[in-house]
Amino acid sequence: MSAYTPTEIMTIAAARLLTNEDVCFVGIGAPSAACNLARLTHAPKITLIYESGTLSTRPSVLPLSIGDGELCDTALTTVSVPEMFRYWLQGGRITTGFLGGAQIDRFANLNTTVVGPYDQPKVRLPGGGGAPEIAIHCGQIFIIMAMGQRAFMDKLPFITSLGHGTGKGSREALGVKTRGPTQLITDLCVFEPDPETSELTVTALHPGVTRDQIQENCGWPVKFAAAVRETPAPDATELSVLRDLHARTKAAHAA
Amino acid sequence: MAEFMSLRDAIAANLRDGDSVAMEGFTHLIPYAAGHEVIRQGQKDLTLIRMTPDIIYDQIVGMGQAKKLVFSWAGNPGVGSLHRVREEIEAGRLAIEEHSHAAMANAFEAGAANLPFAVFRGYKGVDLPKVNPNIRSVTCPYTGEVLATVPAVRPDVAIIHALKADREGNVLLEGIVGVQKEAVLASRRSVVTVEEIVADFGPRSTNAVILPAWTVTAIAKVPGGAHPSYAQGYYKRDNAFYIAWDKIARDKAVFLKWMEENVLASGPDSFAAQARRFAVAAG
Repeated sequence: MSAYTPTEIMTIAAARLLTNEDVCFVGIGAPSAACNLARLTHAPKITLIYESGTLSTRPSVLPLSIGDGELCDTALTTVSVPEMFRYWLQGGRITTGFLGGAQIDRFANLNTTVVGPYDQPKVRLPGGGGAPEIAIHCGQIFIIMAMGQRAFMDKLPFITSLGHGTGKGSREALGVKTRGPTQLITDLCVFEPDPETSELTVTALHPGVTRDQIQENCGWPVKFAAAVRETPAPDATELSVLRDLHARTKAAHAA
Repeated sequence: MAEFMSLRDAIAANLRDGDSVAMEGFTHLIPYAAGHEVIRQGQKDLTLIRMTPDIIYDQIVGMGQAKKLVFSWAGNPGVGSLHRVREEIEAGRLAIEEHSHAAMANAFEAGAANLPFAVFRGYKGVDLPKVNPNIRSVTCPYTGEVLATVPAVRPDVAIIHALKADREGNVLLEGIVGVQKEAVLASRRSVVTVEEIVADFGPRSTNAVILPAWTVTAIAKVPGGAHPSYAQGYYKRDNAFYIAWDKIARDKAVFLKWMEENVLASGPDSFAAQARRFAVAAG
């Protein structure tokens, strides 16, 4: 077994959640790597959709932007951006949305807008993009984020996209019928919402990771499920396919 | 009716100080050559509208020509921040009206449809409606459901880059078409740059995206005019430049020097070389 990085196991653990039946709304970065890893390994028939309008795309290298030509060249069809958000996302055609974020709280609400007051930002982040509506229209949401004290916040300065609000029942109270975040895959562990409270709870530790390590990288008191699994280590195929994908991507973007 | 003009004349005739302008193109076909012409001409107090401001608005904002930015995702895709935009917002020097992508896409469509506002299901459980008074709601008269609304986008000017115009002045777009058709139809005036002008579009899908000549104000031929973004079938996205921009834009002095050398002292003809450099192999 070859060694692997925390980012690699995060991407691989996320890829394993996906199946041939999924219709995925894919974000750039770690989500894109995970979705394409799944497509190139155990889920060759997965449907990948990027918000630029590309339906059922099969890129050979990871796009740098959400609308690289590679996505359009390898798509079944490409629709306009209003159609993408109206018919496909709001229309309820997407089973799984993949999101990342700059900051997250214990109910999986995300902030990608601002650190500090909105009118006098300490750090201005890019903003929500597609996330506010992805978070409510996809059947369920997977979130990929590396852990850290500045990312896993006790209280978010701004809620860009809805997770489980202030706890169990928040989504329903807002008239949102989808499940919301069901998995948070990090570089150290996997969280899932507690069935009773919807608070993110550790359900799997990556190999060699301790509970103290997770708490040190989280801004709220972490809860652990009664039975915590160990994430199976990446196998040789998963690692080599992921590394080949990144190598092809790097070569393509430097050209 | 579309009029063929030089890029300089097309921008000078259609964009004035204080205008609202949408230079659209969702990653693909971003109108860089036209944006650079706006920088050289120096129109001021612009309200810049774009779903993804991208490097082109980082440049125009960095040159001090914008008073307001209307947007839904202001980053350098896959790379990081738009440093000029970010610095101006953090310093409180640039007014913003911030939306989600779904809201902006719907708002462009409402503009094209000559409606006063767009209605959609969105903005639930989030903070943006607390800081953007233009995000409101309406109750569905049939079901009682409360839905989000935003005002239609009705720019003074739309500026886009397309693949081809024919001699009649009809404009063809293919590939990732974003919201450009909606932006042109929502605007009072429009300037379109194209890769080439052809006698006839030739074989194409009967459903190709076409803007008829009578919906376009001015057309200028600028081969390579979307670089460092791309033109489907012509040239690829210059991803290395998007990565390099991070360093250029991070420091204001480095940025200004780059703009002096590559934009102010340059012209639309410089784009053709970039189109050749990233040309898609003929197939």
